[in-house]
Amino acid sequence: MAVETAPLPQIKGVKEVPYEELFVSGHRTCQGCESALVMRHMVKASGPRTIILGSTGCMYVANTTYYTTPWVVPWMHTQLGAAGSAALGTAAGLKVLMRKGKIKDEKINVIAFCGDGGGADMGIGAISATLTHKEYNCLVLLYDNESYANTDIQVSSQSPWGAVTTFSPTGSKHRIMHTRWKKNMPGMMAAGHPESRYIAAGCAAYAVDLMNKIRRALELGGPTFVHTLDPCPKGWDYHPQYSQELGHLAVECGIWPLYEVVDGVVNLTGPTRQIAEGRKKRKPVIEYLKRQGRFAHFAPEDVEHFQAEVDKQWTEWLIPGVIPFTIPQKDTRILNIDKKKPLHAEAVA
Amino acid sequence: MAVTEIKTAPLKEVETEQLLTGCEAIAEAIRLADVDVMAAYPIRPYDGVMQAAAKLIANGKMDVEYIVADGEHSQFEIVKHASAVGSRVFVGSSGVGWFYAFEAIAVTAGLRLPVVAICGNRALDDPGAFGTEHNDSLAVRDLGWLLPWAETAQESMDLALMAWRIAEDKRVSLPIAIGLDGAFLTHSQQLVKVPVKAAVDEFLPPYDLGDRLLHPDNPITIAPQVDQDWLMEIRRQNDAAMRSALDVITEAHADFKRIFGRGGDSPFLDEYMTDDAEVVFFGQGTLALPMKVAIRRLRKQGHKVGLVRLKWFRPFPTAEIVKSLSRFKAVGVIDRDYSFGSPYYGGVLYNEVRSALYSHPKRPTVVGFIAGLGGREIEQPMANEIFEKTVAAGRGDLTVGDQCHWIGVRA
Repeated sequence: MAVETAPLPQIKGVKEVPYEELFVSGHRTCQGCESALVMRHMVKASGPRTIILGSTGCMYVANTTYYTTPWVVPWMHTQLGAAGSAALGTAAGLKVLMRKGKIKDEKINVIAFCGDGGGADMGIGAISATLTHKEYNCLVLLYDNESYANTDIQVSSQSPWGAVTTFSPTGSKHRIMHTRWKKNMPGMMAAGHPESRYIAAGCAAYAVDLMNKIRRALELGGPTFVHTLDPCPKGWDYHPQYSQELGHLAVECGIWPLYEVVDGVVNLTGPTRQIAEGRKKRKPVIEYLKRQGRFAHFAPEDVEHFQAEVDKQWTEWLIPGVIPFTIPQKDTRILNIDKKKPLHAEAVA
Repeated sequence: MAVTEIKTAPLKEVETEQLLTGCEAIAEAIRLADVDVMAAYPIRPYDGVMQAAAKLIANGKMDVEYIVADGEHSQFEIVKHASAVGSRVFVGSSGVGWFYAFEAIAVTAGLRLPVVAICGNRALDDPGAFGTEHNDSLAVRDLGWLLPWAETAQESMDLALMAWRIAEDKRVSLPIAIGLDGAFLTHSQQLVKVPVKAAVDEFLPPYDLGDRLLHPDNPITIAPQVDQDWLMEIRRQNDAAMRSALDVITEAHADFKRIFGRGGDSPFLDEYMTDDAEVVFFGQGTLALPMKVAIRRLRKQGHKVGLVRLKWFRPFPTAEIVKSLSRFKAVGVIDRDYSFGSPYYGGVLYNEVRSALYSHPKRPTVVGFIAGLGGREIEQPMANEIFEKTVAAGRGDLTVGDQCHWIGVRA
């Protein structure tokens, strides 16, 4: 039976969250899995007139077993690096069929999700391409549990500096095997794709904020991108009951800033905004690190390095927590360019 | 002043004959089939079809959602997903580009989505070469893609129109990749009869996925994790679909002949001067052209020689091949491909043909030739060598260890 697509207004408080569950029992995700919670929030926010494309990863393998699918909405598997292409192909298919009158012309939400391995490593090119195809309405959601958690917790470009994974164990010769800093995925997507109307960083620990980000992405339309940080008991090595708490700590320590970029305008959200406005004090990163087994091998200097890198995001970045780059002291005048005056006004005159 | 009113009848679409390359002929087929989504990425020589199609779109001749992708993997994923929501799709690639898309190519067959592609056959890197070699298409031979090969620009268009009908038939529901020899066919102009849209509409029904359509009104889960519980049953269904494809191709071929008056006697084989032949050449694609020239020349010298050209490599028309080839004394299989380390170090086609003939009581001698790799022309002295070796094999002059020959290779 056809159901009309409802508009997706912003949710004001937890009491306004829809009751309807569209991601139900049948999945086999771990206890305390925040990525599964992201799936639930995502589809709760988008409603029943949604098509989901799920690329390979935990949220495919653990989530979608034959005969026991948890998906109430239509769902299709896509390849590890294909979330961007799956979103694009589905959106393009629907668009042309509606234009030619082969199916009913209505709003159908298209969401493709991928993990950090699928999205920030293998599939980054396809996601980037999709974000330039502004005529297609689709959202790419990257659920980031900071490792290839489905295949045995291997390091990805989203694993935090120094974290122990099965590809970056700690040992007697090398205490730290993973020496790369986490790729700034949402900032890169926002800076690199000026025609994407919506890019956001969220976290399931801030559920209403996350659902509103999904809704705003779908309402604004065009190709959009939402990145969530998902604590993972198995990969991060902590008791499943602390998932929400670790989500809060990641934000409160300034490690995972919450924000959205709407038509090029940056809005910090949740505690990130409070920290930026000086209404809340940023917690030291040790509060976050000491709760997880993957950082148990850290020496004091490792904690110091981690803190220093996070501090840099807040004190030296062009837009704190969002866009890096600093400007040499002598060049600060380039920030004061008269934006109303055409650059070549004098030359033209 | 009196004005003479000239009454003009509305322009009636008529079948035209145009000078088109293989690529341009495929682009015309895309227009006639009312394709919904196509995805492009540049690599020679297949991309001539995307250039021709882009021009048709730019000039308002057809309405296709045309996406320029960021790589072949994306290209094939885009059309795969567009197909799952009910769009008729087209895609293509060549050589290493085809291999870059390999993951998407594999899952498209697994998903039973009727994607229609062309593979503009090109040698694989390294070292670089632009010309024809069939190893790109042949790499997918075990995966569930139907693989026809065209000889002419006309056949390219005709196979494309048949491809959507066969691929989208619910008994098949498998993807098709039409092999077009790079340069020889993709970029050579020939006269092509371009049919009218009404005739194509009669031949080609609309794409209907039925209860497999991905849509909020039909909330299904596609391709969940099945593991050892169900994978064999699902593979067996793909096998059954490939088996039914033989009948579906035969039906489509007969209907195509009825409506358009083209297509030859058999949907699977094209025989040339075989009625009284003792020895035949066997191959696919454009090598039929130089071999036909050689046959006419050899016949003038009194040799009873002919050609059997394979039109569909997958599904392999085993019964038709056995029936045809068992009439001859010796068969020279010409491979425009290689299969290093295979039985007798022969090409792919050679070993498939031998395998098909093995259980037949009256099997001919089969000798293999690897020729024309990387787009090298098969010239008449090479054709002579192929002929002489095939005749010698028929006489039993070749030993078991002397079954396969590389033709026209510098020492």
